[in-house]
Amino acid sequence: MNRTRGALARTGQYLALVCYLVFLAFPLFWLLSTALKSPQELGSVDPSWLPRHPSLDSFSAAFEQQPLARSALNSLIVAGCAAAVSVAVAVPAAYAMVRYRSPVSKAATGWILVSQMFPFVLVIIPLFMVLKGFHLINSLTGLVLVYVVWNLPFALWMLQGYVRAVPASLEEAAAIDGCGRFRTLVSVVFPLLTPGLVATVMFSFVTAWNEFFFALVLLKSPEKQTMSVILTHFIGAEGAADLGPLAAAAVMATLPSLLFFALLQRRLVSGIMSGAVKG
Amino acid sequence: MSTTAPATAKPPHRGTPPPRSPAARKQALGLDRDAWFLLLPALLPILLLSAGPLLYGVSLAFTDAQSGRTEVTKFIGADNLVDLRFDSLFWSSFKIGLVWAVCVTALQFVLALGLAVLLNQNLRFRWLARTLALVPWAMPEVVIGIMWRLVYHQDAGILNATLSDLHLISENVDWLAGVSLALPAVIVVGVWAGMPQTTVMLLAGLQNVPHELHEAAAIDGAGVWRRFTKVTWPALKPVVLSITALNFIWNFNSFGLVYVLTGGGPGGATRLPMLFAYEEAFRYGQFGYAAAMGLVMVAVIAVLLTIFLRNRLKGDDR
Repeated sequence: MNRTRGALARTGQYLALVCYLVFLAFPLFWLLSTALKSPQELGSVDPSWLPRHPSLDSFSAAFEQQPLARSALNSLIVAGCAAAVSVAVAVPAAYAMVRYRSPVSKAATGWILVSQMFPFVLVIIPLFMVLKGFHLINSLTGLVLVYVVWNLPFALWMLQGYVRAVPASLEEAAAIDGCGRFRTLVSVVFPLLTPGLVATVMFSFVTAWNEFFFALVLLKSPEKQTMSVILTHFIGAEGAADLGPLAAAAVMATLPSLLFFALLQRRLVSGIMSGAVKG
Repeated sequence: MSTTAPATAKPPHRGTPPPRSPAARKQALGLDRDAWFLLLPALLPILLLSAGPLLYGVSLAFTDAQSGRTEVTKFIGADNLVDLRFDSLFWSSFKIGLVWAVCVTALQFVLALGLAVLLNQNLRFRWLARTLALVPWAMPEVVIGIMWRLVYHQDAGILNATLSDLHLISENVDWLAGVSLALPAVIVVGVWAGMPQTTVMLLAGLQNVPHELHEAAAIDGAGVWRRFTKVTWPALKPVVLSITALNFIWNFNSFGLVYVLTGGGPGGATRLPMLFAYEEAFRYGQFGYAAAMGLVMVAVIAVLLTIFLRNRLKGDDR
């Protein structure tokens, strides 16, 4: 009796798992399949699950239709700079926030939470006006600045977790050996933070690479736009789109993020888990 | 503000910092000079490009600011908010936003909880589900939108092809263009896109439930359901509260997905408040009016969250 009930429960669980797998996977599968189909096949009335004659035509067509290479370079510059700067700025701050109990640290932590609540419109309009004053509209520099600030809360939050994991006794030992504060930071604390730093840089990069709203508002000319904005140009004004190149471009825009995510999956999950546990 | 705290006010947090010169030991707000030096590079950009603009944005809501105008912007008090009260388009967009945020958040939670419970079991192919569940997280919003446009496509979409193969529909449905279908279709995409974070957080919470408690309850004769409601749920509750609250905020403020999927159409059926405010600000140049919309959105979110969290916390005391 108990055994059959157990077996039944197992079957139910696997059935549920399969449903989840299908729900999660079929859009991805369809995107890939569409990207690999030939133009003729995409025109046919009855779409098939798998491409009958896989081809890379759509990929080369995507490069011809929109300045995709240029936009990929823009995305790379912006995301790279934003990730590097925001982490460089966040590491010392995260350290100070963990090691000093001060109203400033508390206010900063509170701000990190509060800033999540505000809709982007309320931020982007004044930012737009300020950046316009400095002639930083339609410029990659302006976008990098915005992304640095936008990345900071999460970078600070992630890095604080890593700083807490560094035993304070190590710093005390260094102090006894005659290291000053900054010497201790540079030669004791930062090396221990390296894995966390790498994870935070990658995560910031992915966030900036994927971002759409700020890029849409701040970048006007096509040769300045980042990849996520250029992707929307594949969809025409009436919603009509050349499906093959659209899918191919979308696949290419995802690859860097996916690669980084694969690299940092375990770290990210465990980082969030420890964060969630501490609440 | 700078030198109010005495030098001995508060002991440093964990771990004594190395000895410092007497000059450096002067403290402001519990921070010595070194700490300020470490904090400022992060604090300055936050103050200048986040906190400052936000306050400025809030103040803009009370002006008639417009884009590209040469006249001086005037303070007009609450006129924008009064106008908003009678703006039926905004309120219908606001309603759509609430329906969207509530539905997406609720479905995300239910589905993610189910998946997290499954992933917490010792099942085969768990790794596959784990990996797949993280993929949407890595994808740009725009790509998710494009991908689902392909799935929903009237003639070349996989959804119509599958449904007509199963003889569930007789002719192809245009999912994103039907007034009654568009919002549910978009909500499904929102759920798909937001499941990873929720699943990971809930899974973390589940793994944090002490195993001994489960065993003890099982020995006492508690069934699966009773164990879930009496052991798992109480331990999981704080995580659930924070992730649903965060999800609600994110969903209510979401933009990119729907912008790519429908652009707010058909006929405004999926025009979320953020899309409305974006158009108002950057298509029609009404900065002040759009800022007022943003302000109303913040206010409503704050009120809803307070009610939600207070009820839940009260529930704890019982």
